[in-house]
Amino acid sequence: MSATTPFALLANATSLPWAEVPAWTVTEFVRATANELTRGARLCAWFGVPESSSQRLVAVLAFDADNTLAVGRSEPFTCSYPALTPTHPQAHLFEREVWEQHGVTPQGHPWLKPVRKTNANGNAPANGEFFRVDGREVHEVAVGPVHAGIIEPGHFRFQCAGEEVLHLEIALGYQHRGIEEALAGGPHLVTMSQMETIAGDTTIAHATAYATILESLAGTEAPLRAQWLRAISLELERLANHTGDMGALAGDVAFLPTQSACGKIRGDYLNLTALVCGNRFGRGLVRPGGCRQDLELERANQLLERLKTALTDTEQTVAWFWDAASVRARFENVGTVFPAQASEIGMVGPAARACGLVRDVRYDHPAGWHRFAQAPVAVWPGGDVFARARVRSLEIQRSGGFLRDQLASPAEGDVRSELPPPAPDTLAVALVEGWRGEVCHVALTDAAGRFRRYKIIDPSFHNWTGLALALRGTAISDFPICNKSFNLSYCGFDL
Amino acid sequence: MFVIDTITHRLKRGCETMAYPKGPAPALPDRHGGALQVDASKCADGCTACVPMCPTQAIIRPAGKPVALDLGRCIFCAACVEVCPTKAITQTGDHRMAVRRREDLVLGEPGKEHVRLAVALDEKLRKLFGRSLRLRQVSAGGCAACEADTNVLGTIGWDLGRFGIQFVASPRHADGLLITGPVSKNMELALKKTYDAVASPKIVIAVGACAIAGGPFIGHAQHHNGASAIVPVDLFIPGCPPHPVTILDGLLRLLGKLESGRSKSISRYVTMLRNQV
Repeated sequence: MSATTPFALLANATSLPWAEVPAWTVTEFVRATANELTRGARLCAWFGVPESSSQRLVAVLAFDADNTLAVGRSEPFTCSYPALTPTHPQAHLFEREVWEQHGVTPQGHPWLKPVRKTNANGNAPANGEFFRVDGREVHEVAVGPVHAGIIEPGHFRFQCAGEEVLHLEIALGYQHRGIEEALAGGPHLVTMSQMETIAGDTTIAHATAYATILESLAGTEAPLRAQWLRAISLELERLANHTGDMGALAGDVAFLPTQSACGKIRGDYLNLTALVCGNRFGRGLVRPGGCRQDLELERANQLLERLKTALTDTEQTVAWFWDAASVRARFENVGTVFPAQASEIGMVGPAARACGLVRDVRYDHPAGWHRFAQAPVAVWPGGDVFARARVRSLEIQRSGGFLRDQLASPAEGDVRSELPPPAPDTLAVALVEGWRGEVCHVALTDAAGRFRRYKIIDPSFHNWTGLALALRGTAISDFPICNKSFNLSYCGFDL
Repeated sequence: MFVIDTITHRLKRGCETMAYPKGPAPALPDRHGGALQVDASKCADGCTACVPMCPTQAIIRPAGKPVALDLGRCIFCAACVEVCPTKAITQTGDHRMAVRRREDLVLGEPGKEHVRLAVALDEKLRKLFGRSLRLRQVSAGGCAACEADTNVLGTIGWDLGRFGIQFVASPRHADGLLITGPVSKNMELALKKTYDAVASPKIVIAVGACAIAGGPFIGHAQHHNGASAIVPVDLFIPGCPPHPVTILDGLLRLLGKLESGRSKSISRYVTMLRNQV
């Protein structure tokens, strides 16, 4: 299918000269993108690139079944263009973002409002008007930005008839720290640390995506041993977060044994990452050109031993949870996202796989160590809280198996290499399957090899809409378990 | 049969809460390095090798003056430690870093080689909060790492509740705020409202490099470079993120639950343990 596309094809973690990216007039470009999406492509990124007094649009598409990515761009234009969203809702947040960042209007966009812009007073996001359901029985519930737990801020606006949620609108932007703006003219000295804190619980995935971008812009790749160590750290990150999520889900249905145990075991996994690099979240490990620390044999053995204990503990703890009918009853048929919806809004990661969609960057677009070693993709049908918990549970097993295999067969060699400077006027794309799903970084360099545009798409950017849809027809009291079953990032979205 | 399973399992594992602070503190990971110490007297004349290496501009050396490292800005990447030719900047392996005054995090001058650890609240506040401290956590541009390592204090391993410290859902129930993140402009209003909703007297704790000085995002126009710009801060806990034991040490220190003599002996014990590893 992809062989006949007019878009330029490229593999994950590679780059191509900007001049070789095909360009159309903006109307033609939107039509061409719509054609590819209709044929089954997925929208990974859609963003603007400023020209002197106008801008271009760039689309990065994924043909998952063909294991290839495709890029295209528009000619420079000003003012407005025909929106992609009315026919392909997966573009809706991307188009709002382009409108906010570049001031071009996607004409016909059904819900054009700010994504993360600050309001006129400079002290809160410009949320705009919320969607309202009218009727005598309808009431509105506003939650946040400050929530009840130790959690990031966001605002949820529910339209309810009694207990039932008719519509949920999610307004974010509270965490906006200006990451993309600061990247123009980069990379800077502090860029690597910023990449590690885009979403603090996804440090390894974002850091790996960024390092991969710089490596592909330099026309090289990290030493194999560094790729091996990145793959190991990525799975440790997944294990820690998935285990934490299982505990949080258990807590939300008052199943305390699993909640207590998972809280502890999550820390055990974080401590394994700290064993590798000193930091529980993996900061300071991944660097452009390789890894900063090595995992020597003795340390790897210690890691494996402690990992085995943690995996056994996790398996047992999670088994109590699945054995309890009271837990299963609370999860089944709650917060359902149908496969067609998931595919229409472009969901990624475990949330998409819980709708039966086989989507996993490690399998579909293998780069780095995943070219040589893969774990089976964990999929579960159903699209409800149960399915999302089930997929996590399966991924814990598979990540554990992957780690046991890989730790037994390390790549030889050094973990660091000198990195040549980035190529000028080049576009690079890197996808990494973080624990929440597809982390996508796209970089475009200028004539001097500096970043002209750097686009970051955290998986949460695709999936927040999924949470909103999951709530439709669900009791508002089930919002906590629905929210935990997605566990999306606020700062990864807000950038 | 999960009821029997879980009970047997719990009996088998026993109490999983750590002995600290009565026993030794859990050792930091060996590659963590802990707090830095800076002995400016060791600096070679005119050497500024560490200054350009720091991603968050935490180190300055004005002409003719000693080097100064601000541990509040530090993200503990250790680039300065690696580059220093005279070992003037070194890692101590010590988890204790919380201070009461911002300037107590600036290291370098003679007599100021180490962080000047936090002293406890005054008698009156200790009487109020010493046995029951309720905190409302506000993430204001935090990346979820400081939040996660604060959250972990509530798990069975750390069991924050045994010290009478608890995180609560409403600022109306709280004695103070624990803030993470550089305080994004988009959270300014929400943070002010939350602070105002806490009854006086109240305390504010800033956790992590972002909440102290902006962290890796220092200088961005989209935030305030830390919580002090919006609310008065009573305790600064450095790190990116701080290790849970560093956060706990800060909280206990503030409440006067760590005797200085005892914590020294704990620290010696930790160093001994680490040397054995």
